[in-house]
Amino acid sequence: MPTENLLTCVTFLPLAGALVLLVLPAAAEKSFRGLALAASLATFALSLVLWTRFDPSSGGFQFVHAAPWIPEYGIEYKVGLDGISLFLVLLTTFLVPITLVSAWTDITRHVRAFLVTMLALETLMLGAFVSINLFLFYIFWEAMLLPMYLIIGIWGGPRRVYAAVKFFLYTLVGSLLLLVALIYLYLLHHQQFGSWSFDLLRLYEVHIPFGPGWWNPQTLLFMAFALAFAVKVPMWPLHTWLPDAHVEAPTSGSVILAAILLKMGAYGFLRFSLPLFPDATAQLMPWLIGLCVIGIIYGALVAMVQADVKKLVAYSSVSHLGFVMLGIFALNAQGLSGGLLQMINHGLSTGALFLLVGMIYERRHTREIAQLGGLAKPLPIYAALFLIVTLSSIGLPGLNGFVGEFLILLGAFKTHPWAASLSATGVILAAVYMLWMVQRVFFGPCDRVENRSLLDLDLREIGVILAVVIPIVWLGVQPGLFTSRTDATLAALMARVEAKSAKSWKGSGQAAAPAAHGGGRVAAIQERRLR
Amino acid sequence: MTGFSMAAIDLRALEPILIVSGGALLVLMLDLVIPRRGRAALAAVTVGTMVLAAVSSVALWGETPLRFMRQAHPMLHLDAYAIFFNLILLTGAVLTVLASVNYLEEVGAHHGEYYVLILCAVAGMMTMAQATDLVMIFLGLEMMSIPVYVLAGFNRRLVKSNEAALKYFLLGAFASGIFLYGIAMIYGTTGATDLASIRAAWKPTPLALAGVGLLLVGFGFKISSVPFHMWTPDAYEGAPTPITGFMAVGVKAAAFAAFLRVFLVAFDLSAEKVNALLWVFALATMTVGNVAAIAQHNIKRMLAYSSIAHAGYVLVGMVAGTAAGEAAVLYYLLAYAFMNLGAFAVVILLVRDGEERQEIDDLAALGYTRPALGLAMTLFMLSLGGIPPTAGFTGKFYIFRAALEAGDTWLVILAVLNSAVSMYYYLRVIGVMYRNEPTRDLRATGPSTACGLALLVSAAATIILGIFPAGALDLAVRSVRALIS
Repeated sequence: MPTENLLTCVTFLPLAGALVLLVLPAAAEKSFRGLALAASLATFALSLVLWTRFDPSSGGFQFVHAAPWIPEYGIEYKVGLDGISLFLVLLTTFLVPITLVSAWTDITRHVRAFLVTMLALETLMLGAFVSINLFLFYIFWEAMLLPMYLIIGIWGGPRRVYAAVKFFLYTLVGSLLLLVALIYLYLLHHQQFGSWSFDLLRLYEVHIPFGPGWWNPQTLLFMAFALAFAVKVPMWPLHTWLPDAHVEAPTSGSVILAAILLKMGAYGFLRFSLPLFPDATAQLMPWLIGLCVIGIIYGALVAMVQADVKKLVAYSSVSHLGFVMLGIFALNAQGLSGGLLQMINHGLSTGALFLLVGMIYERRHTREIAQLGGLAKPLPIYAALFLIVTLSSIGLPGLNGFVGEFLILLGAFKTHPWAASLSATGVILAAVYMLWMVQRVFFGPCDRVENRSLLDLDLREIGVILAVVIPIVWLGVQPGLFTSRTDATLAALMARVEAKSAKSWKGSGQAAAPAAHGGGRVAAIQERRLR
Repeated sequence: MTGFSMAAIDLRALEPILIVSGGALLVLMLDLVIPRRGRAALAAVTVGTMVLAAVSSVALWGETPLRFMRQAHPMLHLDAYAIFFNLILLTGAVLTVLASVNYLEEVGAHHGEYYVLILCAVAGMMTMAQATDLVMIFLGLEMMSIPVYVLAGFNRRLVKSNEAALKYFLLGAFASGIFLYGIAMIYGTTGATDLASIRAAWKPTPLALAGVGLLLVGFGFKISSVPFHMWTPDAYEGAPTPITGFMAVGVKAAAFAAFLRVFLVAFDLSAEKVNALLWVFALATMTVGNVAAIAQHNIKRMLAYSSIAHAGYVLVGMVAGTAAGEAAVLYYLLAYAFMNLGAFAVVILLVRDGEERQEIDDLAALGYTRPALGLAMTLFMLSLGGIPPTAGFTGKFYIFRAALEAGDTWLVILAVLNSAVSMYYYLRVIGVMYRNEPTRDLRATGPSTACGLALLVSAAATIILGIFPAGALDLAVRSVRALIS
């Protein structure tokens, strides 16, 4: 298979499957699920080829495929893969077939529409992760809202309309300001280089004026980008759409939302905000770190008092994503690597938690902790799997969560010791709310009649969870599998941030203030960086 | 009339207008001989005429600019700009006619005059797009407006349709009067009515400025810019649905064609005062349109307010005042023609037993009862809201890009926030289609091939312009270049 359009094939294969599903006659209804699953599995298989052919020693984009699109405007179709996007792509292609299997009995209304929406969503998510033309990225980023809106709005719970609209509008407001910032950046590139281009690699070269205070182009652009990404992450205080969306979404929607869509935000910070606006990042760092710490502790505390298991997991996402962002903003090798790893970990463990919560909901039609209790007796397999995933989520050594959180805290301690110490309480709180919930749901007397007669997981459900548990354990014992493929890219990212930061405050002519705010800060980080 | 000879008249400059006018006469006569049940044939003749006019426009592209009279200051000027607008106007009119056939049968108002009036209005619109003289623009404006007043009241058994026609007519007559008064003032100060001479003799005297202000009112009325938009929701709601679409797309595009040409050729669009005024108009138009649309339960009223908001976005492109901005305006009007007429075509297909289904709730569960229709409506709503990859997104992108380049950063930020607001009511339509159980019977009526064709063309164009916008944009850029040079 030719390498140059491999990535394009991976990206658009699900969409092709969706189009086939769309034109099939209604009489073929029985084969719809199988066909969609086959399309998503084929995508996963193809993405494994990417994994095997990926060159870990290169920090640049691989499998680059470009084609002219709107040449006069410097808009081209250009995709590529590096260490940052590789695992996110794999996570996406891996989780979509799993959610399709999990939805086998869950989704019974409008099956064809559901499958088409899911497959279309997969293409859009993959597209956003692999685009290296900002215009192309924006198209995928924005178009992604609709399938998720439909998934929540059609197949969701009782307050689905409210939740879906809230999700859409929150994200849209952020994205539209991102569009303005993007065009501004693009005009800046034209001013400096005389050619039109949305190519990320060329926009990296643009000198974006920076100065003290926040009323300067770089800080404002950073804020516009950050707003779009922070809503998606979500960072406190922009997280309020998340619990609503998760509670109302069907299981498959929650899994995709938590495991992949939230990562879009963190990915955006890594891919765009840091390398494009290093000075503004450094300038606003105390605020950003502060928001991360608040998010970590606030999310954990709110999760603790939830009566609904799904809401608890939703708030735990706010806390976990706070960790991811803390790692990224630590701006050193450990922090970035841990943040990236934790993105994958959170995708696996929270995805699995949502799947498990969905399974109990299918049986009991409630997610209230008070309605459950003593489930370990009637559901031993379920309880065991739930416990494994819980331990992964709270970061037990030997499972994946530990490595990520450890690296993040290690990185954060080097640059922001106070923030790291405060955040470490988040790890403890996570153990408290998760284990307390497990205790109330699974142990103690099984005194409700409805709970005693529950059936344990069938083979399909066990298969679904085990499929996720495998990488959970694998990444836990062999994190090098992951870090060896991301290190080169992250090193290149750091080098770019430093080089650009140094250039921009020298060039701005206001050496003193930016040096104190931006250059000095990055230089200090550079000194502390461990290779 | 010394010095005037037939040789000085180049009829080719009039070719598209003559074809459409001839078609109007032909349909008028055919109506007498064709039996009642064969009225669909009249629609076919109408569409054929307009396709012919479009072909002739395209064929003349290479020979432009053509002047009707070979003088320094011609009345009509068939240049690339006019041809681009001819294509928008003819496309809009063809889609309107296609969408009308079944509708007229359903509501029992299938008369040959309907097509005659549409052809007359199109001839007027094309005159507006080609005119380079204020008097000629006024003539085109009236040729367009009077048939549209009648068309708005075409469903004459309905009180609402009569109300729409009367309201539109009364206010429109005032607006025409104001427009004419503006022309008189400008003639009074510059001694000319043709655009190039006005520019040459321009002096910013109070009288001339008042004249420009009055012209702005006239144009503002036709494009339904705030604060001259009051008639729009009522007229749009009461008019027969295909005519509502025609008004939103055709009338508006023609008015913008003349508006843009007048302010580019005769007055300085980028002059500070005009620019500041347009800035305010753009912002007010977007905001009022979008905010008012949120509160609507009637889909035609919602689309009316949405069309006000879209006029606001187009004004943002005019505020930019650069060649890129004007090209974006042209592109946007083209994109808008498809996505908006598509949305109206879906509403038209909902007509049952002579009664229009106008409530948004009437679309309930359309996505399941008629999946193709639901999918198409979803596409049009997304495009109107500016979500990629649709024509609406690329159009907004070009406009915002041009305005940012011109330095109107705040206006663009307010415009994108407006887009977010607008998405709320477009989403509601999608939501209703895919969530609720049907509130009323939505059984399919007889085959409506023509309307289906209109829908298919609109949907295809909305996607194609969204994914491959380069060709159409290139045409727009070249059209504008012809105008400025």
